[in-house]
Amino acid sequence: MILVAYGRQVDCAYVFGEDVGFGGVFRCTTGLSDRFGKQRVFNTPLCEQGIVGFAIGLAAMGNRAIAEIQFADYIFPAFDQIVNEAAKFRYRSGNQFNCGGLTIRAPYGAVGHGGHYHSQSPEAFFCHVPGIKVVIPRSPQQAKGLLLSSIRDPNPVVFFEPKWLYRLAVEEVPENDYMLPLSEAEVIREGSDITLVGWGAQLSVMEQACVEAEKDGISCELIDLKTLIPWDKEKIESSVNKTGRLLVSHEAPITGGFGAEISASITERCFLRLEAPVARVCGLDTPFPLVFEPFYLPTKNKILDAIKSTVNYYSSYDKSSPVHQHTLLEKNHLWIYAFNALDRRVA
Amino acid sequence: MAQLTRRTTDLLKPFSAALSSTRLLTTTSTTPITVETSLPFTGHKIDPPSRSVETTPQELMNFFRDMALMRRMEIAADSLYKAKLIRGFCHLYDGQEAVSVGMEAAITKKDCIITAYRDHCIFLGRGGTLLECFAELMGRKDGCSKGKGGSMHFYKKDSGFYGGHGIVGAQIPLGCGLAFAQKYSKDENVTFAMYGDGAANQGQLFEALNMAALWDLPAILVCENNHYGMGTAEWRAAKSPAYYKRGDYVPGLKANGMDAFAVKQACKFAKEHALKNGPIILEMDTYRYHGHSMSDPGSTYRTRDEISGVRQERDPIERIRKLVLSHDLATEKELKDIEKEVRKEVDEAIAQAKESPMPDPSELFTNVHVKGFGVEAFGADRKELRAVLP
Ligand SMILES: Cc1ncc(C[n+]2csc(CCOP(=O)(O)OP(=O)(O)O)c2C)c(N)n1
Ligand SMILES: [Mg+2]
Repeated sequence: MILVAYGRQVDCAYVFGEDVGFGGVFRCTTGLSDRFGKQRVFNTPLCEQGIVGFAIGLAAMGNRAIAEIQFADYIFPAFDQIVNEAAKFRYRSGNQFNCGGLTIRAPYGAVGHGGHYHSQSPEAFFCHVPGIKVVIPRSPQQAKGLLLSSIRDPNPVVFFEPKWLYRLAVEEVPENDYMLPLSEAEVIREGSDITLVGWGAQLSVMEQACVEAEKDGISCELIDLKTLIPWDKEKIESSVNKTGRLLVSHEAPITGGFGAEISASITERCFLRLEAPVARVCGLDTPFPLVFEPFYLPTKNKILDAIKSTVNYYSSYDKSSPVHQHTLLEKNHLWIYAFNALDRRVA
Repeated sequence: MAQLTRRTTDLLKPFSAALSSTRLLTTTSTTPITVETSLPFTGHKIDPPSRSVETTPQELMNFFRDMALMRRMEIAADSLYKAKLIRGFCHLYDGQEAVSVGMEAAITKKDCIITAYRDHCIFLGRGGTLLECFAELMGRKDGCSKGKGGSMHFYKKDSGFYGGHGIVGAQIPLGCGLAFAQKYSKDENVTFAMYGDGAANQGQLFEALNMAALWDLPAILVCENNHYGMGTAEWRAAKSPAYYKRGDYVPGLKANGMDAFAVKQACKFAKEHALKNGPIILEMDTYRYHGHSMSDPGSTYRTRDEISGVRQERDPIERIRKLVLSHDLATEKELKDIEKEVRKEVDEAIAQAKESPMPDPSELFTNVHVKGFGVEAFGADRKELRAVLP
């Protein structure tokens, strides 16, 4: 539907990838080839490195090349093309060439039972690459506006779509052509005690935690980062200057995740204003597990606990306070979450 | 191949019990018989082997039983998936059984096999048990990968099964590494690196072929051509669907992958070739009855007639059934009884697998690195959580 809006406007756009001509595994391109022709919407062989390399060439000729990688987990065979070819084409040719018309779409993240190779969140790898942009929408409406902006942006963009949302999210999406600005974060819930930053599917989990925290009198400000590079530092900075606290959450493993970058930058910018260390509630440092998915994920309860202990950071020094006892229990916490999660699954 | 049943649990009836009721086997089970492969082989830069294959009554009966067991296991997995006892991505092998049993009949467990995600029956063929299969599928402790991998990640080190790989094409160069190690140790073993017709379009295949040929590795690249890569028919994705020729300078052989004897003959031939001359491609012309994975009904990109046509004319189990009957090795009723027994074995294994506990939660953290390498994970908040390895 989003791609329809694009196809209508410009006649130099091409959409391709594995099984894309038939609609793709997530039905994102259903009906497109009937509408715009098999010359512009087509299947590729199973060869990610080839798909992206081909897309770079097509884009270098001034076209909009919209390549689909079936799952973000399969983007790695194309990693070299993205990092070494796409990202540096403009720079190393002294601006003679570029592949700004390139947009790579890939579904990412947990689906409930995807196991090792259908669940990963690889965004951080790409955030380490100057020359590309990384964009992740949180909802259908956002997806349309951000995807259209990404396609028209004069830089190559890696666009990760939360596959969790393909089935679950229902939202009114305007029929008309509209764009949402890249590199502009959005405050989706205002608050005064702590700033929460996330992207993609994780935002709805964070939002639930905000609602719960409010019942305990904690006012959370929730921000959707939307574009991971180049990211909107100013908006996060001004929010943290207001609240004095920051929590970042993502599904990817915590170590080396993009949360670390946000944490470091905001600590630099807001050091004197911070009232507690920046909290990161992320995936565990393990491969994405099959049966243990509920343990691995940064769930609502994990976020809620982190909100509370960040907000109560000073008072937790008071040994007699209940908050402190709470943190003592934390070593066992994962197991508690785990068993809760399991109980829920079995029920 | 020895009988799969022997390697299942003690609870299950040994294979010989199943045979005792059949007529000829007890006395003449090793008397050689010669069968013709259904179709001739086609070679690329090589003279194909003869269509006459030596076998025995015992082997024919084994083929029948082993394939019936595989078929039943896959169909049971389908039901378990629909009952939500198996989660995740699950790819079934029914239709392609002859490739596994024919290959095993030509090689030893010292030869290595490495394959993609459609791995349940390959594992069984390597001597894995039904319990290990079902427990792994359900994510239980008794699974062949301790319940940590699931459907796509079956392995069996003691019989050279290097598994179960989720990234299409990635296993092929790994197979070359295995073959290099085999060549270096001069132990006269080979590696079978299996991949699909879809995977044949990945660049990794061609990198692997070049290395294998350059260094004369005892690597046999087995393209299981079931004619579809997910919903994409081979001709939509490959300029030349003659996969056995696509190694160019690497010889190739095309065999009917629905005929266990053709597969056996091809693998025997390939092993001898590989030990003497280096790599060879085997294209197995086969067919998967199920959809690509459990989310694919398998009927949108091919006709029902196509599927039922293959079932009627090329089914690998039916072919063996006919051979057994025509050589008067068992009656139709006896074969039906074997199928009934197989069904019972499968049901018993499922019951056992259901009893198997979930892996201990600490297993989430094990095997990320070597034990004692400082495996760490982080809990909620900023607090570090160290998982103590058992
Ligand atoms: C690198 C990579 N890209 C895409 C996929 C998704 N995918 C899984 S199986 C498959 C089709 C493979 O077809 P084929 O090689 O013919 O094997 P078959 O499933 O027929 O056994 C695809 C596209 C993947 N697992 N890995
Ligand atoms: Mg195939």
